Amino acid sequence: MSGEWIEVCAVDEIEEEDVIRFDHGERTFAVYRTDKGHFYASDGYCTHEKFHLSNGLVMGNVIECPKHNGRFDIPTGAAKRAPVCVDLRTYPVKVESDSVFIKID
Amino acid sequence: MAIVVQKRDYSLTGPEGKRAEERGLAAAEWYATPIPRAKMKELMKRKDGPAIRDTLIWFATLIVLGYLAYLSWGTWWSILAFFAYGTFYASPGDSRWHECGHGTAFKTQWMNDVVYQIASFMVLRSATPWRWSHARHHTDTIIVGRDPEILTERPPIWKIIVMQIFHLYGGPIEIKRFFLHTVGRMEVQEKEYIPPTEHHKVFREARVYLLIFAAVIAACIYTGSILPAMFIVLPSFYGNLIVLLFGMTQHLGLYEDVLDHRLNSRTVYMNRVFRFLYWNMNYHVEHHMFPMVPYHALPKLHQEMKSDCPEARPGLWAALKEVIGALRKQKENPAYVVVKPLPPTAQPYMHDFDKQTEQRSQMPL
Ligand code: FES
Repeated sequence: MSGEWIEVCAVDEIEEEDVIRFDHGERTFAVYRTDKGHFYASDGYCTHEKFHLSNGLVMGNVIECPKHNGRFDIPTGAAKRAPVCVDLRTYPVKVESDSVFIKID
Repeated sequence: MAIVVQKRDYSLTGPEGKRAEERGLAAAEWYATPIPRAKMKELMKRKDGPAIRDTLIWFATLIVLGYLAYLSWGTWWSILAFFAYGTFYASPGDSRWHECGHGTAFKTQWMNDVVYQIASFMVLRSATPWRWSHARHHTDTIIVGRDPEILTERPPIWKIIVMQIFHLYGGPIEIKRFFLHTVGRMEVQEKEYIPPTEHHKVFREARVYLLIFAAVIAACIYTGSILPAMFIVLPSFYGNLIVLLFGMTQHLGLYEDVLDHRLNSRTVYMNRVFRFLYWNMNYHVEHHMFPMVPYHALPKLHQEMKSDCPEARPGLWAALKEVIGALRKQKENPAYVVVKPLPPTAQPYMHDFDKQTEQRSQMPL
C-alpha cells in the first residue's frame, strides 16, 4: 500500500489494552495498543453506524464498539459480532523512536 | 380551551421516520455524562463470575418452583405455584435476553450466545430480529418513527398495556412472525432494521422454534394434559406481569424525540430480588448512556453519574405511580411529559424543548 507515514503520538500515550482517537485532516482513525503491547490502527468509525471506536473496549485482540457492542478483530479488522457485519479497514503501524506512526494512503 | 389530540404515526415505515432524519434525530450523537476514561475502562470490564452464579441460581430456582408447581397441579395452590414459576421464567428470561444480547453479561462470548438463544425462546422473541430491533432502540431511543420498541404511543393505548399483563398483545404478534419467518418471509417493518445478510439466520431460528412448539404440543396430546405447555411456552404469557411492570418504568411518560437519555429514560431503585430478576436494568439511564457497562457494574456506574442525573425514583411503585399519572395526562394532552429537575452539579439537559414543541405543534399531521 503506498502512502505516507504519519506520527500519531508517543508510545506511552496509549495505555496497554486501550485505544485512542487520531484525527488527520478530514479523516479519523482508531489506534490500538493490545495487552501484548502490539500497536494497530483502523478507521475510527464503526462500520455499523457512525460511532467512534475510541470510546470502545479493547479486550485482547478485539475492539467492542461503544454503541451496540459490535466487535472487530483488531489486527485484521474482521467483523466478529453483530450488529457489525462489514469489516473495518486497517492501516499499517510502526513504532520508531518511541513514537507510533500509521501509514495512510 | 380544548386541546386537540394530535396522533403521530409510530410505525417505522410512515412519514415520522423521514421527519426524524430531517430533524437530525436519526442515528444522532447523544449526550453522555463525562466520565474519565480510566474509570470507564474499569466499569466496562467483563467478568464471567457474576453471570454464571446468577444463571445457576436462576435455573436452580426454576427447577425447585417447577417441581412445586408440578406437585400442586390440580389444586388451588397451583395458581400461586405457577405464578411464581412463570415470574421466574419470564422476568429473568427478559433480562437475560437483554444483557446477553448486548454481549456484556458474560466475558466469554459463547456463554452470552447460548443464554441469549435460550432466553429469546423463553420470552418468545426471535433471537436475530430482536437483536437488530434492540440495536435500533439504542441508536434512536424513543425517536418516533425510528424506534421499534416504543411500548405505547401517545396518547397511550391502554388496551395494549392491559393485554400485555398476559403478553396477549406482543405474544401473538411474535408467533405470527415466527410462522412468517419459517416460510422465509418477514414483515416490511422488520426489513427496516434487519440487514439482508441476516435473513437466513432469522428463518433458521424460526424453524427451530417451530420444532420446539411442535414437541410441546405433541407432549400435551400424548399426556392428555396442558401441563407440559405450562412449563414451556405458556409461562411467557401467564408470567408476564413483572416483565410488563419493569418495562413500563423504562421510558413511559418521558420525552420523545430528544438526544439525552436523562430525559427519556428512568432510573428506579429496586430491592435485591427485583434487581436479580431484572439484572439491574432499573439503572436504565445508565444502561442507555453506556451500554458497554455490564449489568453487575451498573450500581457503580450509577454512583459515578448520579450528580449529573435527575433523582432516581425511590422504588417500583413510586415509578409506576409516576408512569400511570403521566399516561393519564397524556390521554388528554399527548405532549405532557414528566420533567425532572437536575441537581446543580449536572450539565444542562441536551434538548431544545421549546423549539421541538413549537415544531410539533406546527407539524401537519
Ligand atoms: S455503531 Fe458500532 S456496533 Fe453499532
